Amino acid sequence: MLTGKAFKFGDDISTDLIIPGKYSYLRSNLPELAKHVMEDADTTFVSRVKEGDFIVGGNNFGLGSSREHAPLVIKMAGVKAILAKSVARIFFRNAINLGLPVLICNTDEIKDGDTLEIDLQEGVITDKTNGKKLTFGKIPEVMLNILDEGGLLPYIEKHGDFKL
Amino acid sequence: MGKTIAEKILSAKSGVDAHAGDIVVAQIDLAFVQDTTGPLTVRQFQAAGFKKLAKNIKGAVFLDHGAPSQSRELSNDHMFLRQFSKDTGARLSDVGDGICHQIVAESLAKPGDLIVGSDSHTVTAGGLGAFACGMGSSDVAMAFGLGKNWFRVPESIKIEVSGKFSKGVNAKDLILFLIGQIGADGATYKSLEFAGPGLKNIPVSQRLTISNMAVEAGAKVGLFPSDDLTEKYLVERGRSNDFKPLAADPDAIYERAIKINLAKLEPMVSKPHTVDNTATAKELAGTKIQQVFIGTCTNGRLEDLEIVAEILKGKHRHPDTRLVIVPASREILLTATRLGYIQSILEAGGLILPPGCGACLGLHQGVIGDKEACLSTANRNFKGRMGSADGLVYLCNPATAAVSAIKGEITDPREFI
Ligand code: SF4
Repeated sequence: MLTGKAFKFGDDISTDLIIPGKYSYLRSNLPELAKHVMEDADTTFVSRVKEGDFIVGGNNFGLGSSREHAPLVIKMAGVKAILAKSVARIFFRNAINLGLPVLICNTDEIKDGDTLEIDLQEGVITDKTNGKKLTFGKIPEVMLNILDEGGLLPYIEKHGDFKL
Repeated sequence: MGKTIAEKILSAKSGVDAHAGDIVVAQIDLAFVQDTTGPLTVRQFQAAGFKKLAKNIKGAVFLDHGAPSQSRELSNDHMFLRQFSKDTGARLSDVGDGICHQIVAESLAKPGDLIVGSDSHTVTAGGLGAFACGMGSSDVAMAFGLGKNWFRVPESIKIEVSGKFSKGVNAKDLILFLIGQIGADGATYKSLEFAGPGLKNIPVSQRLTISNMAVEAGAKVGLFPSDDLTEKYLVERGRSNDFKPLAADPDAIYERAIKINLAKLEPMVSKPHTVDNTATAKELAGTKIQQVFIGTCTNGRLEDLEIVAEILKGKHRHPDTRLVIVPASREILLTATRLGYIQSILEAGGLILPPGCGACLGLHQGVIGDKEACLSTANRNFKGRMGSADGLVYLCNPATAAVSAIKGEITDPREFI
């Protein structure tokens, strides 16, 4: 069971908003890079986010670049899951490869600052602030297996190959 | 049951009779990285214990996003990637050679290939009939080491084109129009497959522009059949052996079909801050711009520079509008120099930067300031994309960009040509 606070963002949160290209030169210095997470969407995010919190987006979360640094800096900020109405393909795959769950659900009624409780096994999100329960869409099995191992690297280390 | 191009390639590469919705493990022909995603890829490759590239795969490394490097940090990343290339035999394109997607199209991609790159615009090679898609660093690291990865076979949307572009209108307008219609997530996870009698009027250089931007509609790939024009492109590059015809079966199943008459398209512009926020150049006429940026993997090709040079010849940029031009590859810069395009551009007050990504990703070489507006031939106009988060990026075709540089404001190119 995961419990944390929701940081609510709108539609079309691009990888440039998550971690702008102008910081590309910091990509081999991850602690420094991570200081800029979500900067162009909300400059206060990095100082307010706590270990265990969630990012909640709208439609097409993570559109744009293939930079795996986008889910990586989100993960480094302590975020334990991303909730969105829909998610861009490469971002989705990258997040799962890093062991960061992306849950597709109707996020309309989640407000910024709400406390959420997420049961990954049961597939249920409870918004403790408004009392409502949400279910999220099924993640394809191959991705679920990667997520279960904690990411693509541990998955390949264990299986040596892709097992369908 | 007939197959789409995506289904054909993924079937051939996985050895199973694959259809939309299936998940397959497929052998990859080419995997590549660039300088901003490459270091993480190499670290993941090493962390997984790999030392060599898988036997079946060609690997490539491109130093193009920060080329030449703008900082000590990036220079160190470049050194790290050069070493990886030496250790593994991955082909190296160094600073000044050009943008990964352009070089992949010029020299590496073949019709029917399965290609992955740690850059979202890897889709560009779909213009040559290659199933080419962007992935993150971990996925490309596994492709390097294992020579394969898993793929979900995408459903396809058929884009049926007819007619011929009118003057001042080209492939960029087709793809901006399409994205404006279906939205920035209108093709998420899907294959956009182009077909119809209008294809004979879209040469490969322009097909690459269209495939390049398939990802801006969320698509996994943007695929063109491999036909006479594909053969012509490859033959012109001394690569006739790389040609093979490839097309969807007539009874292939599509999720839906969209018809576009090229003759009806107008010069389009994407307004800040999403690509699907489109209008016609005419509707935006008069919008002041402080910089025009011509280049990128979308529109930095020779044919684009030809359009630009023809318009600029004997004219001058507006005094309040900087004109920054970045050829997409060394080959393009060489030919454009030989043909006099570079001379015309320089005489018109333009600035030529070394082949590479330039300011496209906001890292260096022409980033914009607060509230500045840039009219760009690139593929993305997200907030913060070209530097300042308060900057405004508009996207357009090369003719619109060139004409607007002269006028200092967004201008419909048809008024001039
Ligand atoms: S030109 Fe722009 S879009 Fe193309 S690869 Fe370079 S940064 Fe990416």
